[in-house]
Amino acid sequence: MKGSLIILSFFATGLLLGIFRWLPIQWFDSEYSFYVLCALMFSVGVSIGNDPTSFRQFRNINPRFIFLPLMTIVGTFVGVLAVSFFLKNRSLSECLAIGSGFGYYSLSSILITQYKGIELGTIALLANIMREIFTLLLAPWMVKYFGKLSPISAGGATTMDTTFPIIVKNSGKEFGIISIYQGFIVDFTVPFLVTFFCSL
Amino acid sequence: MFIVISVMLAGIAVGYLLRRWKLRFIHGLILTLIWLLLFLLGLEVGTNETVVRQFGNLGLEAFILASAATLGSVLAAWLLWVSFKRKSIGK
Repeated sequence: MKGSLIILSFFATGLLLGIFRWLPIQWFDSEYSFYVLCALMFSVGVSIGNDPTSFRQFRNINPRFIFLPLMTIVGTFVGVLAVSFFLKNRSLSECLAIGSGFGYYSLSSILITQYKGIELGTIALLANIMREIFTLLLAPWMVKYFGKLSPISAGGATTMDTTFPIIVKNSGKEFGIISIYQGFIVDFTVPFLVTFFCSL
Repeated sequence: MFIVISVMLAGIAVGYLLRRWKLRFIHGLILTLIWLLLFLLGLEVGTNETVVRQFGNLGLEAFILASAATLGSVLAAWLLWVSFKRKSIGK
């Protein structure tokens, strides 16, 4: 919980600095975040490769857990479908396109902005940031009431990078490899599903 | 996206090659990079005036969609978890 609050405060600090332009304008280059993301992914990779037990665990994935990415996708769509009736000015396919971000806010919001405009792109950005934040904040509660797989599903496409440390902390180290596996698969589906629902 | 994934695969290879040395600093580095990434995201949202002006309305819709998506996937994962538990008790 303390860790999530620290993460949130970094986001809030960035937000305020951005709104009030308290930083030199050269700082507002979104290219930077891509390089930081690459550095993060490299470090995550190093930590996996450096721990010889993670390879052994990969072979030990319970066959039932192979379906976890599918449960994540289907569960997300059912949830979005249920609330799409209350969002009068959004079509079902638009809602599903936003849901198909699975927390991967950078890519999904860029794609949706291109296909459907800045307004829907902004909702996609906010909704997918929120999904990530929900996972970071509520992971202990999810594990307690819905089992150790639930924060992995909630994290969607982010479970091999940003939400990975929180999942390992709450579900246990033995779920680290399932977390990476599910993040890898769901991550891969994001550009395809987002494009598909935007073209409907 | 493929760049990001291949960068991680490269990291795995490097980490594996260096497996003789325990790289303890890597977890602190990961956390620091996550902080930096969230800070940069905040900056990006904050400097976009369209987003800031419509923050309330768009935020509410985003909140509804994010809650539904998260809850739906949590329940789906719970179903899988329950079926797994039942089978392992049966054995």
